[in-house]
Amino acid sequence: MPFTPNIQAFCCHYTSQQTLAEGPEGLRADGFPKSVTIHRLVCTGKLEVSTLLKAFEDGADGVYVAGCPVDKCHNLMGSQRAAKRVGAIKKALAELGVEPERIEMYHLERGFHPDFVKAAQEMDERITTLGPSPFQGGAK
Amino acid sequence: MIIAERKPINEIMDMVKDAKRILVLGCRGCVTVCSAGGEREVEILASLIRLGKQKAGQEVSTIEATLVRQCDKEYVDSIDQWDGQYDAIVSMACGVGVNFIANLRPMAKVYPGVNTLSFGGSAEQGVWSEQCAGCGNCVLHLTGGLCPVARCAKSLMNGPCGGSVGGRCEIHKDVPCIWQSIHDKLVRIDNKEGLAAIAPIRDWSTAGHGGPRKTLRNDLTV
Repeated sequence: MPFTPNIQAFCCHYTSQQTLAEGPEGLRADGFPKSVTIHRLVCTGKLEVSTLLKAFEDGADGVYVAGCPVDKCHNLMGSQRAAKRVGAIKKALAELGVEPERIEMYHLERGFHPDFVKAAQEMDERITTLGPSPFQGGAK
Repeated sequence: MIIAERKPINEIMDMVKDAKRILVLGCRGCVTVCSAGGEREVEILASLIRLGKQKAGQEVSTIEATLVRQCDKEYVDSIDQWDGQYDAIVSMACGVGVNFIANLRPMAKVYPGVNTLSFGGSAEQGVWSEQCAGCGNCVLHLTGGLCPVARCAKSLMNGPCGGSVGGRCEIHKDVPCIWQSIHDKLVRIDNKEGLAAIAPIRDWSTAGHGGPRKTLRNDLTV
């Protein structure tokens, strides 16, 4: 049976404006993968490490964060902070023997941009290749 | 404050490999301030432990709690509220907290969730530096307030070694030679006596070389 990944995306208000402009159907028409569930935030700088870990606990095979460009965050340093938290989780995943690529940080232009869809497609392809999360099928 | 940092998660997973119910116990003291073992870090570690156990295909439940301090009996006693609900405790306090739980609850399996590093301060956001060695015989009045015991790689007492170059320590260019700093400070505050003073051979028995140290204050005991 083909594997359909469960990918949770945490996107700031500004980078995910495309979701508002196009709506779910419009995004799908643009090629946004069905495997990705979007969580919109006021700013990725507000994202806690524990929130990202909980996504894995809740069954995510992959997680990514989309925030503003490094030097052009609407809230100055929010996306930089998010990137550091993603980095901390990559390190912890590696220590647990899990592929660090299962979580990623994307710095995207704000507003309506095709890169928003490209990031989702890249993660869909990456996680499909990696396969189901090693955290799944554990405790019975 | 006491500076600590979380141990690698695989090291912690090995400690708790036989435990199914784990009390992850933080401390609101120093380790909260240095972001190593407060409420937020307890939440993160508990999540990582659950994920590690999930990956290993093992059942686990976690209790997350944070005590006011783990270095006082009155607060450590409060862990009794979870009696019978855990197989092991992972303490995110400094080593003092782990020892206190081990002392006071002889039957408890308690493991360290952090490495205790130094007595230091926050030099800038996310950076902590050692400032004091807790040597038990403070000489800061002679050295312009800058500690040669903690901040000189050789703990020298009478000026820099031959490896000091350009005000930097020979162990690393990012480490200032504290004896250069002491000299500069004493010149700035015009402490000629301090500059000329020769420190006698030091008695290190107060620094733990005479065995574990105990402080007794008769005015406070009951």
